[in-house]
Amino acid sequence: MRATVDGNEAAVTVAYHTNEICAIFPITPASPMAELADTWSASGRPNIYGSVPTVVEMQSEGGAAGALHGALQGGALSTTFTASQGLLLMIPDMYKIAGELTPTVFHVAARSLAAQGLSIFGDHQDVMAVRQTGFALLGSSSVQEAHDLAAVAQAATLRARVPFVHFFDGFRTSHELNTIELLSEDDLLTLVPEELVRAHRARALSPEHALIRGTSQNPDVYFQARETVNPFYAQVPALVEQSMEALAERCGRRYHIVDYAGHPEAERVAIAMGSGAETLRETVAYLAARGERVGAVTVRLYRPFPGEALLGVLPQTVRRIAVLDRTKEPGSFGEPLFLDVLGVVAEASTRNERVAMPEVIGGRYGLSSKEFTPAMAAGIFAELATARPRRRFTVGITDDVSGTSIPYGALDIEPAETLRAVFFGRGADGTVGANKNTIKILGTRRYAQGYFVYDSKKSGSETVSHLRFGPRPIKAPYLVEKAGFVGCHHFGLLGRQEVLARAAPGAAVLLNCSQPPERVWETLARSIQERILEKGLSLWVIDANRIARELGLGERINTILQACFFSISGVLEAGEALDRMKEAIRKTYGRRGTKVVEANLSAVDRAVEQLARVEIPDEATSTFELPPLVPDSAPQFVKAVTAVMMAGRGDELPVSALPPDGSWPSGTAAYEKRNISDLVADWDAQACIQCGNCSFVCPHSVLRAKFYDRRRLADAPPGFRSAPLNARGLPDTRYTLQVSVEDCTGCALCVEACPVTAPKDPTRRAINLTWRDDVVAAERRNAAFFETLPDAERPRVDFGTVRGTQFLTPLFEFSGACAGCGETPYLKLVSQLFGDRAVIANATGCSSIYGGNLPTTPWTTDAAGRGPAWSNSLFEDNAEFGLGLRLAADHHGARARARLAELKDQLGPELVSAILEAPQRSESELAAQRERLAEVRQRLLALSIPAAIELQSLLEYLLRRSIWIVGGDGWAYDIGSGGLDHVLASGRDVNVLVLDTEVYSNTGGQASKATPLGAVAKFAAAGKAVEKKDLALQAIAYGSVYVARVAMGADPQQTLRAFREAESFDGPSLIIAYSHCIAHGIDMRDGLDQQHRAVASGSWPLLRYDPLLRANGENPFLLDSPRPRIPLEDYTSRELRYSMLATSDPAEAERLAALARDAVRLRWETYEEMATRPAHRFPADARKER
Amino acid sequence: MDLSTSYLGFRLKNPVVASASPLSRTVEGVRQLADAGVGAVVLSSLFEEVLEAEARRHGALVEAGSERFAESLTYFPEAALADAAPRRYLSLIERASSAVAIPVIASLNAVTPAGWTTYARQMQDAGAVAIELNFLPSLPVEDEVSGRVIEERQLEALRLVKAVVSVPVAVKMNPCYSAAGEMARRFAAAGADGLVLFNRFLCPDIDPQALAVVPSGGLSSPADGRLPRAWIALLRRRLTISLAASSGVEGPDDVAKHLLAGSDVVMTASALLRHGPEYAQVLLGGLCAWMASKGFSRLEELRGLLAAEAR
Repeated sequence: MRATVDGNEAAVTVAYHTNEICAIFPITPASPMAELADTWSASGRPNIYGSVPTVVEMQSEGGAAGALHGALQGGALSTTFTASQGLLLMIPDMYKIAGELTPTVFHVAARSLAAQGLSIFGDHQDVMAVRQTGFALLGSSSVQEAHDLAAVAQAATLRARVPFVHFFDGFRTSHELNTIELLSEDDLLTLVPEELVRAHRARALSPEHALIRGTSQNPDVYFQARETVNPFYAQVPALVEQSMEALAERCGRRYHIVDYAGHPEAERVAIAMGSGAETLRETVAYLAARGERVGAVTVRLYRPFPGEALLGVLPQTVRRIAVLDRTKEPGSFGEPLFLDVLGVVAEASTRNERVAMPEVIGGRYGLSSKEFTPAMAAGIFAELATARPRRRFTVGITDDVSGTSIPYGALDIEPAETLRAVFFGRGADGTVGANKNTIKILGTRRYAQGYFVYDSKKSGSETVSHLRFGPRPIKAPYLVEKAGFVGCHHFGLLGRQEVLARAAPGAAVLLNCSQPPERVWETLARSIQERILEKGLSLWVIDANRIARELGLGERINTILQACFFSISGVLEAGEALDRMKEAIRKTYGRRGTKVVEANLSAVDRAVEQLARVEIPDEATSTFELPPLVPDSAPQFVKAVTAVMMAGRGDELPVSALPPDGSWPSGTAAYEKRNISDLVADWDAQACIQCGNCSFVCPHSVLRAKFYDRRRLADAPPGFRSAPLNARGLPDTRYTLQVSVEDCTGCALCVEACPVTAPKDPTRRAINLTWRDDVVAAERRNAAFFETLPDAERPRVDFGTVRGTQFLTPLFEFSGACAGCGETPYLKLVSQLFGDRAVIANATGCSSIYGGNLPTTPWTTDAAGRGPAWSNSLFEDNAEFGLGLRLAADHHGARARARLAELKDQLGPELVSAILEAPQRSESELAAQRERLAEVRQRLLALSIPAAIELQSLLEYLLRRSIWIVGGDGWAYDIGSGGLDHVLASGRDVNVLVLDTEVYSNTGGQASKATPLGAVAKFAAAGKAVEKKDLALQAIAYGSVYVARVAMGADPQQTLRAFREAESFDGPSLIIAYSHCIAHGIDMRDGLDQQHRAVASGSWPLLRYDPLLRANGENPFLLDSPRPRIPLEDYTSRELRYSMLATSDPAEAERLAALARDAVRLRWETYEEMATRPAHRFPADARKER
Repeated sequence: MDLSTSYLGFRLKNPVVASASPLSRTVEGVRQLADAGVGAVVLSSLFEEVLEAEARRHGALVEAGSERFAESLTYFPEAALADAAPRRYLSLIERASSAVAIPVIASLNAVTPAGWTTYARQMQDAGAVAIELNFLPSLPVEDEVSGRVIEERQLEALRLVKAVVSVPVAVKMNPCYSAAGEMARRFAAAGADGLVLFNRFLCPDIDPQALAVVPSGGLSSPADGRLPRAWIALLRRRLTISLAASSGVEGPDDVAKHLLAGSDVVMTASALLRHGPEYAQVLLGGLCAWMASKGFSRLEELRGLLAAEAR
């Protein structure tokens, strides 16, 4: 059966149907495999043996591997789906599984490893890191292979008893849609017959035939026992070949463990695994057809390494071999595939099994999904043809540091019959969805391929869709470079160089534009006009936004533009295409009801009516150019590096441009004015009461308040708004709330937080949304002037009130988080209160992505250059990582204090005592300490003794350092739970902030142990059936931990108090912060209201637990929110995560809702009782005075 | 005392019927009403437009974060994705019907021909013993549509439903026809097995302090009973189908008055909402006491006693 699926679906279709247990943990890009398995399991779909597989989500990949090991020992056919760090966490169990000769297949969407930076994209670093575990490694180079070899791996592992990793390239294969032939149930049963399953089951641990596994072995036998497995490994290559042959007999698709393609008497050969091998094969076919004696070797079975097979396929004529590794092993003699090939060839030559030893060179390519194109492949063959090819090389980058990179030109090998199209859209507009739809429409008639490139930002994100259609299977695992059709779905995107660069000469360009066709040309910048003329492009326009608005489709312009694509591209006869589109609309939108269907059907008709071709003159007429991406005042690094990445041209940056150790400058988000929202915040100076609520909740730090001397206004641009400062005793002081409209996402949380209603107009607040186009020019000037106004002196600011904090400069700004994010306001608050002395350890997750995903990042510095120093180690180790930062600071601090005491007489006893005894709690105390330290620094300059030199390097540690450990609930409740628990029990002065969205947000909404009872999430599709873990009570049990549960939208003042108390507490602190999230299924504008409802319903009681109160004989447990005063349903019914269960399984929804009500009541009763206990009924903080 | 009565062809143990209200939105609510002794329950209405709006909202929320960021291309499990199927309502019918011994009547307000027929049939299949068509007064948005057209739409909806279900169908009329009596006849002629008089238009209110439109309380008072009672008295001897009085029931007297006018059953939501489901006992107890004081021993002796003469 033919189907258009992506690599993940291709693999999991086989894995699910040939297994009984799936133990998983979400990780990009493998998560969709687990999600599909879960969906099928939830709907009761059986495997080929007639049972419905069990899918279990674990707390980490380490946990998944453990569960898997157990399931395998229990005799169940078991599998997992993972990648990258997840695979690394499985290594200990992999040794066990292999050592015990246990058949299983791990399906891996191969991905980069976190080194100098994390990357979610594809290469082979992860699978290469498990090549020594004893697992066999089988690599697929296309979507079709990911399907076929999944079955081969399953058949071979059961026959060989050697476990397999079946891998394919993350994103490039895992997320590429391609039209493939699916194996039938009968095919699978033939390949993996039931007797293999029974044999596996018979080896299960059972009291009926008891034995023990997992013994401790000693020097006498361990070595020999380790060698017992050799015969099993020796037969793997043959067994894989047999399975491949069986597959070929069933379906005609023939693979070998090592395949050769190309000239039969090739002199130059390249060897690769994964999708790069497919590009190699296609390029070789093209070059060989033109007479070049070149060949390509695809290695499919990598472990056990099939040396014999490799020698068998290499023509004797080969003189030079280039081995391509999609991985990096710093310091090695070469990358692993290269070493294996070199070893095999050298051994054969020295043993005279080959006529001559070919020259073997090794190269790296494609790290982190770096493109690998036919041009690069041809470049490698050209390098092999030079007099002295580089022994080691890279391809696809410019390495101007080590000189490894080889040159390559341009090469288009794609057949003319392939229609290539590229679409530039925004996440919100549905472009990707429409393209997937197009592929489905055409996939039944032609072969189709789709690959989608997404943004590094979650708000206002841009998408690029690469589509190919043709009469034959499409084998082109690289982006479309010469598109016959380019869709530019937003006028603003036309400024990206990539848009027209990807257009082939004579291509059709479709532009969504509000201008009538006759006026479009004049609105284009000169360079764009020139490119259109150079390439002889035809230009088509449609005002899709207007049509969508008129039809009530909002931002969803996808149907309109899809209809235009079908009209222009000719991929199908227009009438048929539109009929099929309408059929698809009825199917896709049918479940949303007739109105949505009708609106989309009308959209098709109107699109066809209103699509117009632009008359293009003979020459460029425009007199204006595109504005520079960053201002001239930007730092050199930003201009030379960041701006290039922002422009989408990061691939062009040479190695020398990039920092070697992963250290990047802070505060670059400020240079990227994204202008992503048509609606932006607008301040009403007259109505405003200056309460600060709006800037407190602004997730994007676009609302800044300052007070300043009235006379400053003399230089203000016209229209700059201000009001008298609403405070006694400062008559000549003005107040301004400035909006950075170019950074505003239009989320409207500020409007919702505003307590003021404008007089005479109940629909308006003191802050409202307005059209960006109407205000952007003026507000740009205003913001520039606002920048020149002085920041408030910190000791003059009232840190204790929300109103006061608005005057503290945020050192976290303009992140790429979702518009209206519920997490970022908390981080901004940390940055305002403590940022100038904070170090932040950030667990992997949403906060590490919007906090650290290049090209531009939001953590920034104040006027003095101080700000949060931020780092992300891993997902699982963040608490420990943060503790390490604390230990280092404490150690340095102790050393500094000792040195300072030693130098007391030289530096002045009074000054030294003042420093050593400084309390450092209030902002004025901290300011005083900074002054003392500056003074000491000066005095130290006069001393050249070693103690003084050492003290200079440690002085900064005498200022109280604020260590923050930040992460989401996936980290705190699941994967990092053990570490967090340990760090909280350490007694050390760290501040833990859990941004609790009650679900894995960053990987797309999988259930965590923070997910509440009755909520639906991935892996809890039938509603979470276990109550959320009470992390607060767990921490309270230690007695030495300051604990707070907060919800900014319910009680901002309580939030502020908790943050300040937590930071000031000399010991571990834990703040659990309710963070509304797009994964809750809410209109994000309602986020604060939902926080309020969560608290008012008792679902999220606000509390603080302060060990200092216990020490003073008071009750340390403070219940900060009033008794539940609205029904739980008034909170939950407004969120899709709860309400969707009521639609899909009403009876279960009611049952869980009743249990959830009970749980809320019970917890409230417990808390109320705790709030009235005497102090001695809480554990004492047993730490000594510190 | 024999309070039994007939409605839509069923024998009910008494004439007090809980009409569609928040109480009949859950199985637990229906159980409470049955325990309190009502003769039958009409479930809270299924509105096609609400169902579609929900599906649209769900669809938009599911779409909101999807296909934007490579790590989170979707946020919700596909298995749980919502559609416009009335699963919640049908499940309520199924579970409520099996939880109580009294008849459970479904209530439907659809807007499309397919909506009327599909949902009505699904309701019947789910176990509804009868279906009440809940016709609302036409809204000002339809100010260019004539009364006749609206009437014809309602009659057509009734015919469509009758054509696809075998259970009895009642029509909950609104009082705002130019000729309500004629409309009642036309409903009867089109196959209605009973009429419920009347639906009420819950008009919102205005809060002058907040400068805001606010929802009104919506509960009826005894004075609201006069209009349906008058019509029932007029229609009782002219129509042979079931008649149900709705609105204006606060105490047992109001029940008695509706029965005297000729209603087969008396529906109430307001009194039960105001005083709780157990208030049905008060109504029934009061009715018995009044009947005893007047020397009635069977409901049939008093029903329609004060109905208007047929012409």
